[in-house]
Amino acid sequence: MKSVELLKVENLRAGYTGPVTGPVSFAIEEGHIIGLGGPNGSGKSTLLRAITGAARIFSGRIKKAPHTQITHHWQRPELPPELALLGRELFSLLGADPDKSSDRIHCLLDVPLSRMSGGQFQFLQTAACLAGPANLVLLDEPTNNLDGDAIDELSVLLENHDPHRSVILVSHEKPFLEKHCERIIELS
Amino acid sequence: MNDFILFDPLFRVPLLTGLCLAAALSLIGGFLKMREEWLSALGISQISAAGAVAGVALGVPVIFTAVAAAAGAALIKDLNPKSGNSHYAMMIILGWAASLLLAANTYHGEVAGETFLRGQLYFTHGGHLAGALILLVFLLAVLKWLSKRLLTERFFPDYYSANNIAAFPHRIIFAGLVVFSAVLGTVSIGAFPAFAMFFVPPWIGFVIVDGWKKSLAVSVLIAVAAYLVSFAAAVLGDQPFGPLLMIVLALFAMVRPLVKLVRRK
Repeated sequence: MKSVELLKVENLRAGYTGPVTGPVSFAIEEGHIIGLGGPNGSGKSTLLRAITGAARIFSGRIKKAPHTQITHHWQRPELPPELALLGRELFSLLGADPDKSSDRIHCLLDVPLSRMSGGQFQFLQTAACLAGPANLVLLDEPTNNLDGDAIDELSVLLENHDPHRSVILVSHEKPFLEKHCERIIELS
Repeated sequence: MNDFILFDPLFRVPLLTGLCLAAALSLIGGFLKMREEWLSALGISQISAAGAVAGVALGVPVIFTAVAAAAGAALIKDLNPKSGNSHYAMMIILGWAASLLLAANTYHGEVAGETFLRGQLYFTHGGHLAGALILLVFLLAVLKWLSKRLLTERFFPDYYSANNIAAFPHRIIFAGLVVFSAVLGTVSIGAFPAFAMFFVPPWIGFVIVDGWKKSLAVSVLIAVAAYLVSFAAAVLGDQPFGPLLMIVLALFAMVRPLVKLVRRK
């Protein structure tokens, strides 16, 4: 059966006031996980932001299939001070099903964000992205702030993924990328 | 017979106007706090006070000049994606200075300047009440939709652009609500008391209960309770309403450290 292409990036150069990444080309089909690697400043996060429209495209293009639905977990999400929003309420923003998540997440569902640690908040956001209806999930350094157990649970969430959902994973941890990704695109 | 003053028909319109504003301002304040833009409420209130004094100086209805000034400030805030506390502080400084300078150089301006900075709740009329009612009814009608949109944008900033969903409807509606509520608050209860209503109730509510919807509901209850206590105390004690409201809200805020202490135990 032919796999459905969700996203195609062609000769893309993207950035903000000037290009900081590219030219880069790749495509991702349904159900695949691809990794973006490269040194600091090589434009991995910028590439994700170009896909979501948050960074400027200087040349090349990005083609999305009409049914592509995207969620993007930003690098180092800022934990809001004194916000009573519960983990469960954060999940519902993305239409995510908490039952698709792990025990670690179940313990956080009725905890307000203001009483979570940075690592718990980061893990909750990543899990919400993976448990939602989006078929293309962009994860930017999802292992930051996580302890070893949490990284193992994140691995389980990535391995048990929906066959129609694709993931673009940015990480500076090469072993983590090699463990989960079918392909790794190195940005220089 | 002082207690019967509270039920005097003369005070009904101010009482109801303030009640609607207490509910609306505290709800909008909850969203401003969630977006970490709470200081912008004081900036926009101060700029709208300057606009209102300019209306007195120009001899045009103050509501138009106050809305124009507040909308201009909100537009500058929203056009700058990096706007933050430093910019809001500049709005406060400029708004306060412009209000007093315009007031000092305008016939009747000094009284108007004092009025818009301190408030004139007892002199509100049917127009103020209608505006406050429209604000509250509209806010409640869009609350669920607006809440989901603003929260999603707060935690997943590029969700809308990534999925080709227009973000301008909720951004424009929220900016309009902030401007309209700041102007109504300023011309009814004064710039500083209006800011206190935006800021203090959610500051307390977000700490004492868990859950977004519950914390918003508790913020409204705190605002309404503080408003009623201040209104009664001001009328019965023949005191200025605005400063009393701020004192009462500050007293209510003492519950914050108590709750934090209990939670730690």
